[in-house]
Amino acid sequence: METLAFYLFAFLAVAGGILLVAFRNPVSSALSMVLSFVGLAGLFIGLNAYFVGIVQILVYAGAIMVLFIFIIMLLDLNDEKSIKFRSSSVVAGIVIPLLLVAQVLGVIQTGSQGEQNDFQEITTESMKKSAEYFVQIDEDKEALPREEQSAIYKSLTHEKSPKLPDTNLIGHTIFKSYNYPLQVMGALLLVATIGVVILSKRSNKQAPADS
Amino acid sequence: MDTTLLIAAAIKIAVFIGITMSFVSICVIFERRFSAIIQDRVGPNRTMLPLSILGFKKDLALPIGGLTQPIADGLKFILKEDFTPSYVRKFFFWLAPALVVVPALLTMAVIPFGSPMEIAGDIIPMAVADLNVGPLYIFAIASLSVYGITLAGWASNSKYPFFGGVRACAQMISYEIALGLSIVPVIMFFGGLNLGHIVEEQVNNGWLLLPLWGEGLSVERWLMLIPLGISFIIFTTSIFAETNRMPFDLPECETELVGGYHTEYSSMKFALFFMGEYAAMVVGSALIVTLFLGGWSIGFGVDNLLPAGAWWVSLLHIGVFLGKVTFFILFFILVRWTVPRFRYDQLMNLGWIVFFEAALINVFLAALVIAYPSIGIIGVTIGFALLITATILLIIIAKGATKKPSATAV
Repeated sequence: METLAFYLFAFLAVAGGILLVAFRNPVSSALSMVLSFVGLAGLFIGLNAYFVGIVQILVYAGAIMVLFIFIIMLLDLNDEKSIKFRSSSVVAGIVIPLLLVAQVLGVIQTGSQGEQNDFQEITTESMKKSAEYFVQIDEDKEALPREEQSAIYKSLTHEKSPKLPDTNLIGHTIFKSYNYPLQVMGALLLVATIGVVILSKRSNKQAPADS
Repeated sequence: MDTTLLIAAAIKIAVFIGITMSFVSICVIFERRFSAIIQDRVGPNRTMLPLSILGFKKDLALPIGGLTQPIADGLKFILKEDFTPSYVRKFFFWLAPALVVVPALLTMAVIPFGSPMEIAGDIIPMAVADLNVGPLYIFAIASLSVYGITLAGWASNSKYPFFGGVRACAQMISYEIALGLSIVPVIMFFGGLNLGHIVEEQVNNGWLLLPLWGEGLSVERWLMLIPLGISFIIFTTSIFAETNRMPFDLPECETELVGGYHTEYSSMKFALFFMGEYAAMVVGSALIVTLFLGGWSIGFGVDNLLPAGAWWVSLLHIGVFLGKVTFFILFFILVRWTVPRFRYDQLMNLGWIVFFEAALINVFLAALVIAYPSIGIIGVTIGFALLITATILLIIIAKGATKKPSATAV
């Protein structure tokens, strides 16, 4: 069942990628990229990373590609004509992907040499164990009643339907272990946003002066 | 996977899609009758079997009033000529209606319709997929339906549908931001994204907007109603915009765009756009009910008195849930026939300048109320002063942005 789903979504992702390059119509290309993103999201969900998979659809397929299509439609791009490539760019286009493939093969080789990782299925018992771990790293919370424990603990030990709270775990990791890099990243993104606004404002002011 | 769970999943998929589809047709009859009441008309109050075309003297009137009107409407759509203009982009023209309906039906998968049922020792949640990312899943899949509308406009290859498609695209992207930000306080309050757990919390501690029983009687909980109320207003309005319902139905604005993005569509393909809109409305109402009004819970502590897991309790809860959803559908229809349509720049200003900022401030307000026990009265005062300053600054900036006549309308 899981293997079948993996091959289905892997096929979707790869087929979307190939069609993206093969189509001449820009809108068709953009839509095949959406297909590829959906396939990738399926693979993430297959790995129990629901949050990452859903965000993949929400951000990439649902927002960024919509903007791409919006702009393609507004610019009214026609079908791309086949252009002649220079021999140097063809060589570069072959060598760089080959290097990447070699790297991936190398990683796979070293991975299989080491001892095999035993991936355990997520069960109610394994979730209870990790819930105890979460109580231990937050000091002296063990004595608290269930209502005052963290959301992660509550979700892991829910009596009817215990669930792996992957969203809460990601939040826990980002905001506790990597808080400082996150703040720096936020400042960087803010600078980029302000830069974009200022650049677009400037071109707006010049336009009426020219006419 | 257990066989019981597998069979239960198959049954749940069939039943819940069936419920959604029948709600779509119920929406049609509600829309017609309710609008008739508002406008002091009669509306479709009888539907007849057209026996006269078979050679009989009289048509046969069914004794159930206008309830069969959706069947007549559906038959009309199916039997009409399906005309594809010669100048359209064929593949996308055919793909677009499906891309509108499918996401709307898929989003139904995570909504908990009723309390979990116990069958042969297995506890079966009354949602097709009891995901841990419920609201995010709905937003993600619903955001895919933009493609259907936009592609319909583009593939029609004519002027007005294209404008409609571009408008829909811009509108839905803009309101998705307000939609996502507005439920952040709700998620912060519950501390999780699992819709099933959210409803259970509301069963024990009072509905989100009605904390009258359980532990919901503390002062902080009542203070929490301010940010939650703001989120409720922003969320409901954004759902209107996301489903392209009346005050926000600029993409199909008849006075400017003929019929909008579905001008070139006929027959069942046209009907699919309608079904998509109504299905999105049903899911939107279901999400509002689940997050803010207790989902399937009867309320006032009655749920905990009933035997948990019994089949009739589950069915009762499903009935309560559908009743609440029906109430919201009627509300949607009431608004459609009461509020006139916005101008496009008003729509964009409301989305980007009012709702976006209000939702952002609301997140911090909710955080202050939640953090009160750990940061104390001094921390809350400082935070509140900062928040007020930020709000005043934002209002000044927003005033400056709205002064100029914006030419963003497409």
